[in-house]
Amino acid sequence: MSRKELIRAYGDRQNDGMVQMSFVLPIAPSARAREAAKVFAGEHGLRDPLVATMEACAEGYAFFVVYGRSTHAVDFAAIEVPEVSTRALSHDEIESIIKSDIQRKVVVVGACTGADAHTVGIDAILNYKGYGGDKGLESYKGFEAFNMGAQVENEQLAARARAVGADAILVSQVITQRDCHKENGKALVDLIKSQGWRDEVLLLFGGPRIDHKLALDLGFDAGFGPGTKPSDVAAFVVERVRARVQR
Amino acid sequence: MVPVDDRKVARCRELADAIAADVQRFIDVHTTVGVERTVLRAYGVSGVNDEGVPLVNLVVDRYREAGLLDRGITHFLARALARGARSVQEAAEGLAYSSILDDDSTGPTREEEQLAIADATQAALDRIDLAREKREALKRVHAPGAAPLKYVIVATGNIHDDALQAKAAAFAGADIVAVIRATAQSLLDYVPEGATTEGYGGTFATQENFRIIRAAMDESTRNFGRYIHQTNYSSGLCMAEIAWIGAVEGLDMLLNDAMYGILFRDINMCRTFVDQYVSRRLIARAGIVINTGEDNYLTTADAIDKAHTVLASQFINEAFAFRAGLREEQLGLGHAYEIDPWIEDSFLIELAQAQLVRQIFPRHPIKWMPPTKHKTGDIFFAHVHEAMFNLVGVTTNQSIELLGMLSEAVHNPMLMDRYLSLKATRYVHSACKHLGDEITFKPDGRIARRAVQVLDEALAQLEEVAREGIWDAIGRGAFADVKRTRTGGKGYSGVLKKHAGYMNPLLDALEASP
Repeated sequence: MSRKELIRAYGDRQNDGMVQMSFVLPIAPSARAREAAKVFAGEHGLRDPLVATMEACAEGYAFFVVYGRSTHAVDFAAIEVPEVSTRALSHDEIESIIKSDIQRKVVVVGACTGADAHTVGIDAILNYKGYGGDKGLESYKGFEAFNMGAQVENEQLAARARAVGADAILVSQVITQRDCHKENGKALVDLIKSQGWRDEVLLLFGGPRIDHKLALDLGFDAGFGPGTKPSDVAAFVVERVRARVQR
Repeated sequence: MVPVDDRKVARCRELADAIAADVQRFIDVHTTVGVERTVLRAYGVSGVNDEGVPLVNLVVDRYREAGLLDRGITHFLARALARGARSVQEAAEGLAYSSILDDDSTGPTREEEQLAIADATQAALDRIDLAREKREALKRVHAPGAAPLKYVIVATGNIHDDALQAKAAAFAGADIVAVIRATAQSLLDYVPEGATTEGYGGTFATQENFRIIRAAMDESTRNFGRYIHQTNYSSGLCMAEIAWIGAVEGLDMLLNDAMYGILFRDINMCRTFVDQYVSRRLIARAGIVINTGEDNYLTTADAIDKAHTVLASQFINEAFAFRAGLREEQLGLGHAYEIDPWIEDSFLIELAQAQLVRQIFPRHPIKWMPPTKHKTGDIFFAHVHEAMFNLVGVTTNQSIELLGMLSEAVHNPMLMDRYLSLKATRYVHSACKHLGDEITFKPDGRIARRAVQVLDEALAQLEEVAREGIWDAIGRGAFADVKRTRTGGKGYSGVLKKHAGYMNPLLDALEASP
């Protein structure tokens, strides 16, 4: 066992635990409302909560800003997060790797699988417009991107990917119930394994409840959580495809 | 004021008009499934089948599959009426479900058809006029707030929660409320029915949902003594149908752009051009203000290098709108504060563009859009970023200002996000109310030079687009760096060349509107 490394929030002195929180309660401002906000903050582990602001933000709703000292500490030594080990590459760098090292289009097929009807994730990564000012894979000359949209069955996705000779399959799961996103994801990995071509293709898993560790556990090559930009995915795919081509 | 050469502006308008004229020749001889469904809705056809498919889709699809839709669905509706159908609804149900398809071989004469449909056409026009009069009457009692009007969005997915949030926004000072549509509704080739409580990324645009929000905003208007505007999206494959629904449900504004769907939703350009024309004919009659989507260009293309494409597109959107009968006062041309905030003098460049657009389109209710592209999860910085956007908005007297949200890069706005944004905007708008009247720009300074440059570049682009035609210009990525082809994209199969006997008395009447 390594030594514990306890950390607390920092305001202006080591371990003072200072944090701010803001929230709305469904009550009008009043002395009782202020006290309710204090109790609410206290329940979140804030000592000496100071209600810095209480304002009516709608009829029957109050907006609060509260400062307080968090009593919670985190053992940083015990935190382990596998990260996708790819360096960030710019759009131009990615294009140039494809052009000079891979020398053909990199083919990517994406879909939102199972009952999930939400294409927002897969669209953000694949469609031209992209996300957060970062253009999608469609915008790259070096990528051939197929977006199959939502409610795609694993069998369809696998068949399409095989037919177009995909280098990578992107699976998006946005809305989920009782961990069905994990089951759907794992089922695709199992399907491709049973068809005997798991080694030929990169499998990427993405969505607001997905992280790299979960994706690896399920048998994917990488997992991408919220805030992932298309260029993050593109960089990962080209680096892996380049390694294969050069092998 | 920035220096604006009136001759260059006149030349831009002349070129934009030529660009629109070329497309208008195509529009005049084509119709679409969306247009024909709109006509049926306007005649009062309503309802869905057991599977939720609207009756208007069933009728239009049946006659398209039979190869007869190019005569206009009104032709068949009028024939059914002339043959004794007791109502438009009964006639439409017959067209959809009757075992015998009207093959147009024998039957009523054109005069009999016109007689049979005339009352229904007048009733459709009356519905638009009535909704318009109702809105104007309420506005006479409760005047709207001062410009820039503060525009916020709600997007809970549940229309009843939307109504609650919309009222909260009005309480906090909003003048305009938009209910964001559910993700990808623009690609649905039908309009969903009824009040909806599930939607991802937004709430479905349906006639019932429009009514719920209108009632909520009328209530807020009376409560706060200030007219609250309602807006939604006349875009996508059901652009014209939504325009009809908006027109009769008393919407004040509609997002409506001649090219947005082509560029950003990959909707076929032939389809979009025809649909935008008919939707705008309805909007013109309804007195609705459109909001165009040029702000989006700067989310995919560079906001400094491609600033002129926004101005060029505004001229084109204006030219299309004039051809559909819209007045300048109905043209909320869009632009945005999307320059990287860390670029030196970015504020000056934004100010130059906003002032230029204001001067070139003086009577237009210009729509000013907030930063989105360079927003991150740092909500505190985002709040400062928006204050600068607000400062430009009030200084250059923009008409409609969509407020930025500090949580833009995080989630759809929540109650507190909207509240903080409205509060900060009220402060900036009030603190700087007459700033624009007090300042002049150096005639040869950075701001003036930037304005001259943008107009020059827009003029050059319009010369080029006019030479090659808009079809090819879009094909080479002239706008937003996005390339689309004439027959590519969604919805192309729903475009039809009009038959010599094409009948659409409603459109004829709209075109003859004063």
